[in-house]
Amino acid sequence: MIAELGHFALALALVLALAQSILPLLGAELRNGRMMATGAPLALGQCLAIAAAFGCLMYSYAINDTTVTNVVQNSHSAKPMLYKITGTWGNHEGSLILWIMILGFCGAAVSAFGRELPTALRARVLGVLGLISLGFLAFTIRTSNPFERVWPPAPDGQGLNPILQDIGLALHPPLLYLGYVGYAVTFAFAIAALIEGRVDAAWGRWVRPWSLAAWSFLTLGIALGSWWAYYELGWGGYWFWDPVENASLLPWLIGTALLHSAIVVEKREALKTWTILLAIIAFGMSLLGTFLVRSGVLNSVHSFANDPERGLFILGLLMFYLAGAFLLFAFRARAMIPTGIFAPVSREGAIVLNNLLVCSITAVVFVGTLWPLFADALFGSKVSVGPPFFNSASFPLVVPLLLAMAAGPLMPWKRAQLVPVVMKLWWVAVIGFAAFFVALLASGQKVLPAVGFAFAAWVVGAAFADIADRTALFRTNLGNAWNRAKGLPRAAWGAAIAHAGIGITAAGIAGMGLAQERLASMAPGESVTLAGYEWRLDAVRDEVGPNWTARRAQITLLRDGAEVRVMRPARRYFPVARMHTTEVAIHTNLIADLYAVVGEEEAATGRAVIRLHYNLLAPWIWLGAAIMALGAALSLADRRVRVSAPNRAAARAAAPA
Amino acid sequence: MVLVLLMAGPALAVSNPADMLPDPAQEARARALGYEIRCMVCQNQSIEDSEVGLARDLRLLVRERITAGDSDAQVKSFLHARYGDFVLLRPPFAWNTLILWATPLVALLAGFGLILLARRGATATPPPAPLSAEEQRRIAAIEAAIENKDGTKA
Amino acid sequence: MTPLARRLLLTTPFVAAAVGGVGFYTALQRQRTGVYNPRGVPSALIGQPPPDFVLPELPESGVASFGGADLRALGRPVLVNFWASWCVPCIIEHPQLMKLSREGVPVFGIAYKDKAPDSLQFIRRHGNPFHRLAQDVPGRVAIDWGVYGVPESYLLDAQGVIRWRYAGPITDEVLEQDLRILLRRYA
Repeated sequence: MIAELGHFALALALVLALAQSILPLLGAELRNGRMMATGAPLALGQCLAIAAAFGCLMYSYAINDTTVTNVVQNSHSAKPMLYKITGTWGNHEGSLILWIMILGFCGAAVSAFGRELPTALRARVLGVLGLISLGFLAFTIRTSNPFERVWPPAPDGQGLNPILQDIGLALHPPLLYLGYVGYAVTFAFAIAALIEGRVDAAWGRWVRPWSLAAWSFLTLGIALGSWWAYYELGWGGYWFWDPVENASLLPWLIGTALLHSAIVVEKREALKTWTILLAIIAFGMSLLGTFLVRSGVLNSVHSFANDPERGLFILGLLMFYLAGAFLLFAFRARAMIPTGIFAPVSREGAIVLNNLLVCSITAVVFVGTLWPLFADALFGSKVSVGPPFFNSASFPLVVPLLLAMAAGPLMPWKRAQLVPVVMKLWWVAVIGFAAFFVALLASGQKVLPAVGFAFAAWVVGAAFADIADRTALFRTNLGNAWNRAKGLPRAAWGAAIAHAGIGITAAGIAGMGLAQERLASMAPGESVTLAGYEWRLDAVRDEVGPNWTARRAQITLLRDGAEVRVMRPARRYFPVARMHTTEVAIHTNLIADLYAVVGEEEAATGRAVIRLHYNLLAPWIWLGAAIMALGAALSLADRRVRVSAPNRAAARAAAPA
Repeated sequence: MVLVLLMAGPALAVSNPADMLPDPAQEARARALGYEIRCMVCQNQSIEDSEVGLARDLRLLVRERITAGDSDAQVKSFLHARYGDFVLLRPPFAWNTLILWATPLVALLAGFGLILLARRGATATPPPAPLSAEEQRRIAAIEAAIENKDGTKA
Repeated sequence: MTPLARRLLLTTPFVAAAVGGVGFYTALQRQRTGVYNPRGVPSALIGQPPPDFVLPELPESGVASFGGADLRALGRPVLVNFWASWCVPCIIEHPQLMKLSREGVPVFGIAYKDKAPDSLQFIRRHGNPFHRLAQDVPGRVAIDWGVYGVPESYLLDAQGVIRWRYAGPITDEVLEQDLRILLRRYA
């Protein structure tokens, strides 16, 4: 009954989405106010209908309804309740519903908070969002209906992949989808602007909060996925350049470019065509990721069950939205004449450089990820493109990017001089060089990590120099600087903090370049030393969980004979899936992670294989990402972003008259 | 995207300490090399990351070749001769990987080209239209009015 | 920039997307028809002679072992099959190997990482299709052949050149649609 209700809600949402994709757009074209006004209630209704469908699916999972095929395939009665619920979106069908539900929320948010938008623009944005919903709802109902029944009921479910039974991974998809879907909204704004043939500062201001929010969530989502891989897979690595990881990195990179170029539109009314293009591509990359993951055309560690049929449908959607948008772009973008002219050395120039480098990195990731597909089609050869390629090919682009991102915020708009920027940054460069030499000496001449530390210091230092410059920290007394700091727009703080976050992450990555590792076969009572710590294996015992059994090791971490921490890594066995997982034990002091993994045991001798890592600054990788997201959130909270833009635009328009 | 692992293997990447080379420098070389060799049966994992039987065999093989005095390039070409391009996680430079390796440069140059085009376009577009006769007449009238008010010109 | 150039430039994203779409569509079609398999890997040894190797025989199997020299000197096409008693798909492919063997096609087997008694029990229970049978307990010769799993089969022509590699069980379909044609071609 509940499943049928869910199915009905889905169908209802489809009908509402159909209406939403026709009425407001048509209304805007005909200048019919009543038709345009249908957008908001339709978006709200659609959102509620999808939320109801999602709730029904979640309920089916919670009660482990074994007459629902989707539940049978992906759940099991012995799973803890938390993972039954998060399992709702741990599969292809459920994750699609989550995706559409978040899109529905965004539509509802545009209709609720977008009251100050011009009526026609709002109607068009809602219409485009309805069109996106429509496609994905049709896809779900046609190829991936999660409410299909099975009769007679299965005795029990087949279980969720044990690796997914983890809180980090439960939160990873919703965050990622918030990011992807956020770019659906910026896409809708871009399409609406193309239809109207007008992009101005006000448009830039409306798009900015959405691009900030999307970027912030995507940053968190990617970081969470990387952190999960770090502690769950037990490889000690944090980024593998896997196609699925790359698929989330592509929209993030384009989103980063969009974030910056949208500022230029808002402040200077330049880069309009380019920003529209980026907004389209950012969403296109989100869709491309969906296509790559769900069609199985690429060879990845992580992917949903491969299904070319579904792949074809998503490809159709991708082409409809992307090619359609580009066609509109080709015809309408000519109307957007840039008005702001700027010198190459200026804030705008720095942002153009940022866009150039970030987009080049995107090209590297894009081509590298799809290369096996190209190579097979063009040369009939099977090749692998792995981490060594991505590291080598993106490095020469990341270096100038990190160099330039320090200088950009210190430059004034329109025209800047290099000398004052150098004057503000020379001491940061000194610190960078110092960091390089200290790291080089301390690490025993490891050049690459030392370069990483130098850049980390440079970027964080420059973010500080930016704030110091704006608050006149070194030119006036502290009280004055404090008052200026309080008066500084939050967007300025946000930018500096997000930039510093990049530096923190860079430091973490550099630190991981100095990670130490030790593999040992140990009998209980034995100990080994790594990184100045003594790691003593006390025992390996049996343990029983709700749906697993485990062998759990107890390792005491000692420093100078004093106990620091008792670590308990384990190897779990999930009988339903007949799979082993490793439970890593991590002790962190924020300077380094002490990381222990237990492997197989030799029955005869009672020795266990233990792998120990000393991951210098590893937590900084994700700390930096969190700081980046925080910076974006702070920018989002800027009064100027929230203040109703049209009023200001109107005021400005009225002033000269 | 939700990450669903297809292979059951990766969770067990704890290898056997007995497989390691006694010389730390050689072991470090073997590890670095191992990260560039793909585990053929896994998806996108290097042999150092995988606990599948074949990956371990290849790890041992790499260490054996290194102890026998092979250079890194020799070890790679040894594996390449048996498993083809697919085994190398770093695609070799060749005519058919030219586009791949040239991506950073091509992207940068294309971007520069686009920027130059756009700047030329931008400087070309806004030459303000010359004032019409009507406008010139009006300006002249205004100027005349101002001058009259100032009274500098009688 | 002339208006025409500008218009062309603004059309490039559309053209790129269209080309990409056609490309992805082709990839999907190729995947559906099995031409493109993201996981399948061609052998690096096609067109080359087999590696040199010497392997021990499987005692009590009643057939002799073989090495690289034997394959090159055979003078007629031969199917070299890597298998193991612990390999489930090997059981699926076994009847096809038996059929070929009965028809007089030389089938040479290499037992991969298998215990001798287990291998022996396997061929006693399911029949022995192998005219020659060798044991590769450490699995090192298999690496020289570029084997990455069992079962895997290689077809060598009359000159002893490797012409075809199949990774996975030779089903009846593979036998009738691929292998027989190749056997006729290289006979």
